[in-house]
Amino acid sequence: MSATTLQRRLGEAREAGRAALIGYLPAGFPDVESSIKVIEAMVEGGCDVIEVGLPYSDPTMDGPTIQKAADRALAAGTTPKDVLRVVEATARTGAAALVMSYWNPIDRYGVTRFAADMAAAGGSGVITPDLLPEEAGPWIEATDAAGLDRVFLVAPSSTDERLALTTDACRGFVYAASLMGVTGTRAQVAGTAKELVTRTRAVTQRSGLPICVGLGISNGAQAAEVAGYADGVIVGAGFCQRVLDAPDLETALTAVRSFAQELAEGVRGRA
Amino acid sequence: MSTTEPSAAFPDAGGHYGVYGGRFSPEALVAALDEVAAAWEKAKQDPQFQAELKELLASYTGRPSPLTEARNFSRHCGGARILLKREDLNHTGSHKINNVLGQALLTKRMGKTRVIAETGAGQHGVATATACALLGLDCVIYMGEEDTRRQALNVARMHMLGAEVVPVTVGSRTLKDAVNEAFRDWVANVDHTHYLLGTVAGPHPFPAMVRDLHYVIGAEAREQVLDLTGRLPDAVAACVGGGSNAIGIFAAFIPDEQVRLYGFEAGGDGVDSGRHAASITGGSPGVFQGARTYVLQDEYGQTVPSHSISAGLDYPAVGPEHAWLADSGRATYAPVTDAEAMEAFRLLCRTEGIIPAIESAHALAGARRIGAELGPEATILVNLSGRGDKDVNTAAAYFGLVADKEEQA
Repeated sequence: MSATTLQRRLGEAREAGRAALIGYLPAGFPDVESSIKVIEAMVEGGCDVIEVGLPYSDPTMDGPTIQKAADRALAAGTTPKDVLRVVEATARTGAAALVMSYWNPIDRYGVTRFAADMAAAGGSGVITPDLLPEEAGPWIEATDAAGLDRVFLVAPSSTDERLALTTDACRGFVYAASLMGVTGTRAQVAGTAKELVTRTRAVTQRSGLPICVGLGISNGAQAAEVAGYADGVIVGAGFCQRVLDAPDLETALTAVRSFAQELAEGVRGRA
Repeated sequence: MSTTEPSAAFPDAGGHYGVYGGRFSPEALVAALDEVAAAWEKAKQDPQFQAELKELLASYTGRPSPLTEARNFSRHCGGARILLKREDLNHTGSHKINNVLGQALLTKRMGKTRVIAETGAGQHGVATATACALLGLDCVIYMGEEDTRRQALNVARMHMLGAEVVPVTVGSRTLKDAVNEAFRDWVANVDHTHYLLGTVAGPHPFPAMVRDLHYVIGAEAREQVLDLTGRLPDAVAACVGGGSNAIGIFAAFIPDEQVRLYGFEAGGDGVDSGRHAASITGGSPGVFQGARTYVLQDEYGQTVPSHSISAGLDYPAVGPEHAWLADSGRATYAPVTDAEAMEAFRLLCRTEGIIPAIESAHALAGARRIGAELGPEATILVNLSGRGDKDVNTAAAYFGLVADKEEQA
């Protein structure tokens, strides 16, 4: 199987001696066309990888900011087809395009069909925050067949046994949730993040699977801190907040671009 | 008799009932779910835990709950013999306390000091606040903002019992959103907090554990019916929202293949109207709040809001064991509309002097249907899962017994 764009972008960052910058935005937020423009601004500002969120009615793992963004996207009538359109546009920017989705919309779309349509849209892979490897049999087959990366999560509460199980099921990278909690900005990087990365490294030494850290990272200094031990830094709520705060799209694009630049400097200035 | 017999071979080790159930949860909660599952397996085998729970169920809850023969109501059920399992007479007014006391004891065994729970109508919230007051646990109840307004009296009850009630202002602001908020709280506070889930839904081990804790309903009723009539009932009827009272009374009868099991879902304005909460009749298989089961969802897998006059049944999914019982044909599920439920509510008040919960009135309406079909020779066991005190405002408004909105507020 040839390398996905995701694998190439993470490899390039590693060769450059820096962490990759991964930005999240729900497709369709604030509407489909605008979400494409916001993502383009994120890439212009320095995001190597974009997680395109598939908005869902019951986002159990998200805090108020991303909930609000996803609600706006749903109110705008965003469908999985729209999400795939945003993936296509994202891939055209040169950044790696991932989808981040709760499991039911993919289950409903049809697991095999979703993987195939995602690959056809130029997507690299999919992050599934409420799918555990134990329940992922058909998904693992479908992503293998479509040549997609698949990203599961590890958390500070994961046992060493589960770290091994989960990282074995991942391809592309493993998403290390920095803290026990939901998405959203935090004043400080959680103390649990570094320890989790260290524990995860112990089980990924042989495979070399990259470890990217998300949850609660919301400025350049925090990005630099996390870049000191992780292969990638994931930022979501910070981007959504800037779009929510902006009075119009132009202002949002400017704010998003400069925020991405701040973070991009952060991942290059490893603490 | 043990208070917590497992009902069947199900679930498997991963919490599956056929293709249903399982665990669709964030990785961050897996350790806690494993901890609860292990603690529950151990507690079930522990005579000391069983004795402690049994004593509470007897001296605090008032178990065994009686079996009442409804001779007058029977005339409105095709003459079939109607036996009511009186869970409405339990402390706090419904079957909910069975599960709550068990999980609250388990919380203490796990060394946790704080309990969180979701509530719709407020019955599970009140029961949880009650158990926490008794056992000295901190208690936070998540309740949709809509529901805190509709059920202000139950909010006051929870406050009096020392619980904090958090109105949920996101999503549709109802029960499903309260469950989402409880999960968000749990993941952040899992080291000292137990999520005391109130129904047979959610990720493994909740559906199995909550079923085990309600097994006592059917176990008692089976013996009571045998003592009274000398034989097993022809049918067992229960209402189904998440499905905890139904699983509780069904479980003991699942091996008795001649006993028909009927679950009555909230049909709202009618399943064809789209305004209902009948997940099995009007939904489709999907993954929702931790398990694979029947869900009310649109073509894209987004949850469709449920509707029912009964807040306790107003939930867009159902416990996974019910999904399996429906597919396997062991139990039959059918919708009962708001209007049918309210007619049964009125009839039970007038003929038996018992004000049922509107939830339970769905089971009574179902019993009228089964009775008409099976005739006077049949015996139907109905789970009267709760009492209707909490529903007096709703019923008074429905039957036009109050002058205007001011008076019911």
